[in-house]
Amino acid sequence: MRVALFITCFNDMLFPGVGRAVVTLLRRLGQEVEFPADQTCCGQIHFNTGFHEACVPLVRRFTDTFAGFDAVVTPSPSCAAMVRREHATVAGLASARGLDPALPARVAAAPPVYELTEFLVDILGVTDVGAAFPYRVAFHQTCHSVRTLGIGDRPSRLLAAVRGLSLAEVAGADQCCGFGGTFAVKNADTSLAMGADRIAAITDSGATVLTAADMSCLMHLGGLLSRTGSAVRVVHLAEILAAGGPS
Amino acid sequence: MIDSGDPGDRAPRAVPTFRGTAPFPIAARAALADVQLRVNLARATATIRAKRAQAVAEREDWEALRLAGAAIKDSALQQLPVLLVQLEAAVAAAGGTVHWARDAAEANAIVVGLVRDAGSDEVIKVKSMVTQEIELNEALGRAGIAAWETDLAELIVQLGEDLPSHILVPAIHRNRQQVRDIFLREMAGVGRPAPPNLTDEPRALAEAARLHLREKFLRARVAVSGANFAVAETGTVMVVESEGNGRMCLTLPQTLITVMGIEKLVPRWQDLEVFLQLLPRSSTAERMNPYTSMWTGVTPGDGPQAFHLILLDNGRTDTLVDPVGRQALRCIKCSACLNVCPVYERTGGSAYGSPYPGPIGAILTPQLRGINVHAVDAQTASLPYASTLCGACLEVCPVRIDIPQVLVHLRAKVVDQRGWRARASEEAVLMASIGWAFRGPRRFSFAERLASLGGRILGFGGPIRRAPGPVWLRSWLRGRDLPAPAREAFRRWWRRTGGGTGG
Repeated sequence: MRVALFITCFNDMLFPGVGRAVVTLLRRLGQEVEFPADQTCCGQIHFNTGFHEACVPLVRRFTDTFAGFDAVVTPSPSCAAMVRREHATVAGLASARGLDPALPARVAAAPPVYELTEFLVDILGVTDVGAAFPYRVAFHQTCHSVRTLGIGDRPSRLLAAVRGLSLAEVAGADQCCGFGGTFAVKNADTSLAMGADRIAAITDSGATVLTAADMSCLMHLGGLLSRTGSAVRVVHLAEILAAGGPS
Repeated sequence: MIDSGDPGDRAPRAVPTFRGTAPFPIAARAALADVQLRVNLARATATIRAKRAQAVAEREDWEALRLAGAAIKDSALQQLPVLLVQLEAAVAAAGGTVHWARDAAEANAIVVGLVRDAGSDEVIKVKSMVTQEIELNEALGRAGIAAWETDLAELIVQLGEDLPSHILVPAIHRNRQQVRDIFLREMAGVGRPAPPNLTDEPRALAEAARLHLREKFLRARVAVSGANFAVAETGTVMVVESEGNGRMCLTLPQTLITVMGIEKLVPRWQDLEVFLQLLPRSSTAERMNPYTSMWTGVTPGDGPQAFHLILLDNGRTDTLVDPVGRQALRCIKCSACLNVCPVYERTGGSAYGSPYPGPIGAILTPQLRGINVHAVDAQTASLPYASTLCGACLEVCPVRIDIPQVLVHLRAKVVDQRGWRARASEEAVLMASIGWAFRGPRRFSFAERLASLGGRILGFGGPIRRAPGPVWLRSWLRGRDLPAPAREAFRRWWRRTGGGTGG
């Protein structure tokens, strides 16, 4: 199985450690990934802000870059959801407006895109990845994981199998953190108010580490924690799953 | 008891409106700063959220009911022209009169004319969203006609010269101490005063409202209502409510005027079965609605002897134009989406600048205001962005309106409509710049190095805490740090190390 890693623009630039953790983790599980260097962005930023025509070349690039692979794996549920749910929408628009009439067919033929925990649990069939992480961890579900992509309890099952890790109970764990892409800056006051409530619940949980399957929510929550001088640090789920195992 | 005889209680009062509300991010700021408001809202929405979840969990066939509800509404919307004519014929055959109103001004003019024809200078009102939408109370006031709201929460809003902040519980932003103060201060000016020793016990507050309203119920000769549903095949109109005030309005006066948005139609009597299960559990978490009133035209010797049904468009056909956006017209105004919305929970309803707040308001208001057919003002254009797209609204919607999908769809309309001036806006420049960088790996790598350098300068080697420059960056940094872009981006690490194999 030829598997490509879609690192996402955001992780590539801001959180390269997440990508390195994914590579380490998958290699430990016997799965090599390739990194097609032509990849950039799935288009989510433009799409969710309403710049739909600007997504057309990005979707085109995505389908070109990953054509020929059997599967694509990505450590971002919201990007996986963008590809799976909205690339067809963009392609429809590209065709309707005569921008790229061939795009619908290319999108239809693109390889399946799996979010990391889906790939681990459903494709590789593992929940115990052999990791050890001796900390009290708060897990933030992320709305796109649960509601848009529907990855369910896969992250929790993976975390439950990590040695030494204790999961902290966080009140209102299903609540949105307030990131919401450009919402975080267009509606900064509301975003900060939502984030502050999550931070309070996370701090109350006694966790020393906050994790999620998506760095975008963690950048927002981590930024709040950092600003308030909190000792809670944020790490991506992949970094926990890659930790402590034989490398 | 019948008539206080005090002319003072008939004087039309100031009616606040949503006109002039600032765009959402600015309007939200005032609400966010109001600590009492946030406490009231958080408590109220958390309570109703939990109750609804329990009421819905009792039904194993909930998903099937939702699908049925969505399908019935969709089919009604598809055949609307035929069904509306069918409804008109059925209502007329049962002794009612049907009026057609293109917009708010037409509807208000019809109501004013009918009230005058009935020789009255006041109306009692059943709580109704659509009469708020057309700002009927204000129009009546201008015509010298007093409109008395009889729903408890609506009464609190009216007495407080306030704006409603929730579809179902318009005074959700008030706690009971505030309600007592409003009753003590305002009731005397418009009718029977509140007892001077009024406490903030819910029972005492309800009793004060009951006594205050009773004299209006017994005196009024005209009532105005909205409609929850109307059945095309029988001409039956339905109002569901929880307090019995609606029943009083619908049965005591001689004349009943109902204003109904054209999307409230269902084809068949049997269709009500589905909605009478979906609506109460979604809105009040009740298994069955307490007061369900239905009437078909007029019945000699029983109830109002004149019935007028005003069918209102007011932007609904403009909403129907859009294949994605039109699902907003399925809405049965249950307000479940408000109660689960994390944005609404913080900002309350008035920040949305419309009687339809929360997630449904964010997709309905812009469409009713014509976003599908022409450019809209800045406040309207801000509404589709008043969401994190968290999806909680879709999860609870009893008619499965994909609110996040419509929000993003409307955002695209906002962007497409903004024209040349918007292309120079900071957001557009940002989107164009990152769009440029995403056009290829070399450009992107260049952008990454540039950002990395900038980040290291701004962050002095740590996270970025403050920065000059664009509004989006300063907005982010107002309460949050930003991690500086990595010294070595992932793609450069991969190239240098051969994917971590040493290269």
